[in-house]
Amino acid sequence: MSASSAFSDEKGGSASEPEYGHDPASGGIFSSDYKRHDDLKEMLDSNKDSLKLEAMKRIVAMIARGKNASDLFPAVVKNVACKNIEDPNQLIRASALRVLSSIRVTIIVPIMMLAIKEAASDMSPYVRKTAAHAIPKLHSLDPEQKDQLIEVIEKLLADKTTLVAGSVVMAFEEVCPDRIDLIHKNYRKLCNLLIDVEEWGQVVIINMLTRYARTQFLNPNVNESLLEESSEKAFYASDDEEDEDKKAEVTTLEKRKPYVMDPDHRLLLRNTKPLLQSRNAAVVMAVAQLYFHLAPKAEVGIIAKALGMFEPYLKSFYIRSTDPTQIKILKLEVLTNLANEANISTILREFQTYIKSMDKDFVAASIQAIGRCATNIGEVRDTCLNGLVQLLSNRDELVVAESVVVIKKLLQMQPEQHSDIIKHMAKLIDNIQVPMARASILWLIGEYCEHVPKIAPDVLRKMAKSFTNEEDIVKLQIINLAAKLYLTNSKQTKLLTQYVLNLAKYDQNYDIRDRARFIRQLIVPTDKSGALNKYAKKLFLALKPAPVLESPFKDRDHFQLGSLSHLLNAKAAGYQELPDWPESAPDPSVRNVEIPDWSKCSSRKDRKEKKVEKPFYSDSEGESGPTESADSGNCGESSASGSDESGSGSESEESREETESEEEEEDEEEEKKKRKKLDKTKAKKQAEESAERCAIHTIHQIRTIAPSGSIKMYELLHRITGEGLAVEYCFSRQPFSPDPNMVAVQIQFTNNTNSETKNLHIEDPRLQSGMRIREFAEIDVLAAGESVTVVMGIDFCDSTQAANFQLCTHTRKFFVSIQPPVGELMTPTFLTENNFKKEQGKLMGMNEILEKLTLGEKCVNEHVIVERVTATANLSRVPCGSDKEFAGKTVSSGCLVLVTVTTKEGGGAQLTVNCEKMVIGTMLVKDILQALSQ
Amino acid sequence: MIHSLFLINNAGDLFLEKHWKSVISRSVCDYFFEAREKAVEPDNVPPVIRTPHHYLINIYREKIFFVSVIQTEVPPLFVIEFLHRVAETFQDYFGECSETTIKDNVVIVYELLEEMLDNGFPLATESNILKELIRPPTILRSMVNTITGSSNVGETLPTGQLSNIPWRRAGVKYTNNEAYFDVVEEIDAILDKSGTTVFAEIQGVIDACVKLSGMPDLTLSFMNPRLLDDVSFHPCVRYKRWESERVISFIPPDGNFQLMSYHISAQNLVAIPIYVKQNISFFETGSSGRLDIAVGPKQTMGKTVECLVVTVHMPKVVLSANLSATQGTYNYDPVTKILLWDIGKLNPQKLPNLKGSLSLQSGAPKPEENPSLNIDLKIQQLAISGLKVNRLDMYGEKYKPFKGVKYVTKAGKFQVRT
Repeated sequence: MSASSAFSDEKGGSASEPEYGHDPASGGIFSSDYKRHDDLKEMLDSNKDSLKLEAMKRIVAMIARGKNASDLFPAVVKNVACKNIEDPNQLIRASALRVLSSIRVTIIVPIMMLAIKEAASDMSPYVRKTAAHAIPKLHSLDPEQKDQLIEVIEKLLADKTTLVAGSVVMAFEEVCPDRIDLIHKNYRKLCNLLIDVEEWGQVVIINMLTRYARTQFLNPNVNESLLEESSEKAFYASDDEEDEDKKAEVTTLEKRKPYVMDPDHRLLLRNTKPLLQSRNAAVVMAVAQLYFHLAPKAEVGIIAKALGMFEPYLKSFYIRSTDPTQIKILKLEVLTNLANEANISTILREFQTYIKSMDKDFVAASIQAIGRCATNIGEVRDTCLNGLVQLLSNRDELVVAESVVVIKKLLQMQPEQHSDIIKHMAKLIDNIQVPMARASILWLIGEYCEHVPKIAPDVLRKMAKSFTNEEDIVKLQIINLAAKLYLTNSKQTKLLTQYVLNLAKYDQNYDIRDRARFIRQLIVPTDKSGALNKYAKKLFLALKPAPVLESPFKDRDHFQLGSLSHLLNAKAAGYQELPDWPESAPDPSVRNVEIPDWSKCSSRKDRKEKKVEKPFYSDSEGESGPTESADSGNCGESSASGSDESGSGSESEESREETESEEEEEDEEEEKKKRKKLDKTKAKKQAEESAERCAIHTIHQIRTIAPSGSIKMYELLHRITGEGLAVEYCFSRQPFSPDPNMVAVQIQFTNNTNSETKNLHIEDPRLQSGMRIREFAEIDVLAAGESVTVVMGIDFCDSTQAANFQLCTHTRKFFVSIQPPVGELMTPTFLTENNFKKEQGKLMGMNEILEKLTLGEKCVNEHVIVERVTATANLSRVPCGSDKEFAGKTVSSGCLVLVTVTTKEGGGAQLTVNCEKMVIGTMLVKDILQALSQ
Repeated sequence: MIHSLFLINNAGDLFLEKHWKSVISRSVCDYFFEAREKAVEPDNVPPVIRTPHHYLINIYREKIFFVSVIQTEVPPLFVIEFLHRVAETFQDYFGECSETTIKDNVVIVYELLEEMLDNGFPLATESNILKELIRPPTILRSMVNTITGSSNVGETLPTGQLSNIPWRRAGVKYTNNEAYFDVVEEIDAILDKSGTTVFAEIQGVIDACVKLSGMPDLTLSFMNPRLLDDVSFHPCVRYKRWESERVISFIPPDGNFQLMSYHISAQNLVAIPIYVKQNISFFETGSSGRLDIAVGPKQTMGKTVECLVVTVHMPKVVLSANLSATQGTYNYDPVTKILLWDIGKLNPQKLPNLKGSLSLQSGAPKPEENPSLNIDLKIQQLAISGLKVNRLDMYGEKYKPFKGVKYVTKAGKFQVRT
């Protein structure tokens, strides 16, 4: 454990190696290792999410690169395990879990287990996905946790989000691939979700479901073999035996009732089919192997088009001289398998061009391919043989050698007709140097020495001469030849044989010495030689069966197609055997899922997902077909997605959102979602009539932001200057409905005189460029002692410039001006914690102003601080934020204004304002500072 | 699944390593180097190499070997596809995927690799999601980052990660809304000595660059969709509608992406835009040979053939070439034995011709066979299959986007046997 653990002090060997890549953590900030860790600790302890996140990312990167992070261990566990796992930001929760689960130290197993369990029931599917990823990590760290982890897997398998599906199946495959029973209840759901899962998840799920189907359904091809015998045999090169078996089976099965495919089996085949059009080759391959292993033969054809497998595509496998060698070999294999009586002449012509290639390995493979074609198709055997014999005069020795080997095999099939070829080859022995080829020729001559009675002894004579210089395999064949000739033609070859055997007796190679001794005893009759001597001729010159020229790719069909093990033809670690079809189908009802019962969905998030997660494609009109009744929960969901898919666009979506928003639920999370939606709705409709907008505004206001703070009144006209007319105004903080870009100013006129004041109105506004004013409707009469309130709108253009105008009565004109405090230039906006962080992230650098401050004596608790801030500026607090965060946007241009107050122990605090308009930001900081430090 | 990744350049230098589980010593790459040496050409390295304790699955792209280390069963294509995705992501982020750009952006490279795999299993591979998590480098940002010490790592979960349209980020806004589609077709062909087509097919892709605000829902239709029978789509395409109506309906990712690829097989007649007349012969005596290549237009549909290049991999015994070209320039590299004739634009009035003599290593036997010619060409404003985009409609958004379609035909694996 310690060797591989990144936190242990011994390092995995990488420390001493030279540094090639740069450390991501050394992004120009930290100079030395020592200091870096200190800083990382500080970052972890900080209150800022961004810093924590950054620190954790760096630690993960360090661990991933095998760096020693052991001194950070306490800081990480303290922070990560205790705090961040409960962070309101889902990305932080997820990262925290990723960091925690990357620590490969057994002490923290219990903490990790807890964290995974917690995350598995997190409301964010992203965090649940991370939990699924953490499962194999913990399993490899401590396999004893398996049982508990399986429980978590079971729980996550029930998850209905596409985001989680792929990851949890991956965990399932690594931890408990044999627990097929966990899949039953989720089988239909997985089938239906499949198309919406990301590509990598699709591959894992399809491979797992292939295995599952092999255990749960019946072989669809059992009854069909009679009908389909003639078709598609070529493709299943290895099927011959199977077919035989099947025929036997069929007779027994005929009495049984006809095969009916399980609807769930059909569901899997149908739902995977569209994935053949995936851009990801791994997905296409996964579906292809699924069809290969699970589909009735008649349907396997559909994968052929995507794979380009059958005859019509023959030419797609023609080879170019620029293809990589392994591609050439594979194409050759396909061509050979596709060869039949009809196309063999075309294929052979094609092969002829390959033999001229400069790539000699490829030429050798081509010659073997010709040999295989010749064995498979009797009609062309002679043509092939002649072609190969021509190659014997090729200048390239490798080509000749390979030809000799292949010819030897072909000749074995019908030697009597080909003594001229054997003669020809006997002549070649003078020139060919490749040991394998020489050995092959010698074997041929020995085996068929009766066909070439004159040449054979002469060849032995030559070989005896060169014996000592030959390679071992050639020597063995010389002994072999000598023995065979001794048995058939001892008169001519007795001495030669003795000579060869004597040479062999003193050979350096013990194999050759052994062989010589053995053969001498066997063939040369002496007094001591036993009964075997009589049978020597039978032993040596027995009729040998013709060899089968086989594909180098055979013998691997017991592996699941497309797996690493299949490719290597050797079982890789972790390979799961593809089981054989069961004799009789297990109970299909295990896959039935009860109609979702609301009371059962105890966790709120499950319910929420139902609404929020609309699969994008898993449109299942007719798709869920036979399983519909059994799985009505899924059907409801899919029909909703159906309407979504038809692209009815924003209207229908909106209306759905609105109806949703009318539902009353106390669920806080639910609430938050809805508010966000409402907000979105608002944004969308802004272009429409104002009346409608106002209505939404009010809803919005009521639901999200209680009118903030006590409203401060300002004096516009003192009653003395106004000669009895007192005018006060305030910023009502209500949206100004006729023009949303204006700040609403509420003006209260009080007539302190004894007579009526008439015709109160505004005249001659003098405004900075861009500023606009919307006057209130003229007040005809203001009776003595009465007061009246009107609302006017001013577009301050997001500046604190005063709006100057004249206030007129029927007798007088007063020159007045309204100057807004900066906090009134904005209007609250609803942002979620996440959005807030995101937006804040966009407003860094120059747009961010940071101030440290000491809180005033009265600012004792959060409530007071919130009150002070909202009184100073028309902002709304971000719900559930960990810090005190406030958001709003400027009335005129809609720029976001984000305020964060983080408090520290002992009255210290930090104020952060992020706003694109730097002037506003600066002024706002000043105002809030003042408000808080009072 | 994927344990580690090593990046190795053409010279055999290991310049980047990344481990998602425990550290695997880089000595594991020795097995790769061995195979690399044996293969001679980088393309010939077997994609899966078995070592005593690990499996190495590699791809070769942009002169870089992406070598991944596997310990347990996994579909090899899964890994290969993932490695290609890594290379594409680098290309997307840095403009090109090369050793230099990877070294220059090493911080982002590690951040990307960290997000793309978790414990060896792919986590976020969609470009739109990654770009929200890790912002691509710009000069300004890297300057700001150096000064302020901040990084490129995003602080919030990408909206796409949770939506059921994970490939598109939310809140996209553009002042100019535009959508461009490039129909790129490559002709894969083998012509025999006499110029007859042994085999020809078209590999087509439609690359898109979509910069549209909001959540546009696009429908692309063709004049002649029946041409396409073997297609594969970006996950955003609604397969059902393709099946039933033969239109491509999708909510596009933001930015550049490949909408679909298709394959028009040998069954349909594939037009061959040029003909090649060639005569290469080596003499039994005198250690010399002759070469004569002429190229002319065949079925060009009235368009001009551009960027015409003929490449010949000569047999090893060819020492030098003394040729003269009526058009363009030629170059023979005696080390790689590659003769390259860059013709440029094909002028139908004056057909280009390259001829002259080759000198061979004296004493060596004359080459058995003639080298084949590889052709490269480009035809603008033409999809050789005749595929035509009919129209592009947008739903779900109110503005009027600017739309454009471009056609290009190129030679893919276009080989003339001699």
